[in-house]
Amino acid sequence: MKAAVVIFPGSNRERDAGRALRDASGHEPHYVWHADHELPRGTDLVVLPGGFSYGDYLRCGAIAGRANIMDAVRAHAARGGLVLGVCNGFQILVESGLLPGVLMRNAQLRFVCKMQHLKVDRADTPFASAYHVGQVIKVAIAHGEGNYVADEDTIDRLEHEGRVAFRYCDADGHVGGSANPNGSLHDIAGIYSAGFNVLGMMPHPENLIDPLVGGTDGRGLFASLVDHFAATAA
Amino acid sequence: MKARVTVTLKTGVLDPQGKAIEGALKSLGIEGVESVRQGKVFDIELAGADRARAEDALKAACEKLLANTVIENFRVEIGG
Repeated sequence: MKAAVVIFPGSNRERDAGRALRDASGHEPHYVWHADHELPRGTDLVVLPGGFSYGDYLRCGAIAGRANIMDAVRAHAARGGLVLGVCNGFQILVESGLLPGVLMRNAQLRFVCKMQHLKVDRADTPFASAYHVGQVIKVAIAHGEGNYVADEDTIDRLEHEGRVAFRYCDADGHVGGSANPNGSLHDIAGIYSAGFNVLGMMPHPENLIDPLVGGTDGRGLFASLVDHFAATAA
Repeated sequence: MKARVTVTLKTGVLDPQGKAIEGALKSLGIEGVESVRQGKVFDIELAGADRARAEDALKAACEKLLANTVIENFRVEIGG
């Protein structure tokens, strides 16, 4: 699996993403600068990491979403290439038009930084095959603008096409209510593109890969990706 | 040429910041506040004197970057 992690001015989780990718695949990812026009040849997976690109000026992810490299990322996605956007990376994906909807200010107006349970909505994608449907995983969230909003037609389409990847839940797997940390519609924590090759999510699976920091439930996502490319290569 | 672009949230889009400001105004005893919606203002200086071209350029600027048209409307005003 050849992975490329894009660095924007203000990205700050690129090393975490890189470590998760390296631990899962045995290979160091390429780090690609936002002003570049091309991805490394043979890139299988593009990761847009978390952080505060351009200081969250204008709207979170708005300026990064128009960076040079994003044309190459759009072309990669259009070819069916895999793209993972985490936190600010998810915000960049919606701002760049690769995923629908928008991430607004958390309903409680506060930055939330804590452990959060998620329910896996589907497990037949390149990103989630190591999980099972309905599985509850514990990962970290750290965001001020994670409140997923889209118009009714878009939400209906996402639900109808089964494009919700993860939903916020409590430790027992009860979705929504007080377990929803930011007011997201339908308790959405992550969504797929129509082709299931682009995943955007607010929580940080890359930070839950080592028991030293509270758990390893994030490993499954990276293991799924490695399995996907091992299977396609075979 | 000077221009002002105003970006506002579309009707129906929840605005938690506007709600918080509305609450603060009420708690300050400002009378008659029914609701508050927060937006953004961009003052832009443009080269040239062709108003139609300026309007086109600003519309493109709004659609490409200044507004997220999923949730926001924009208005362009060109001054002297």
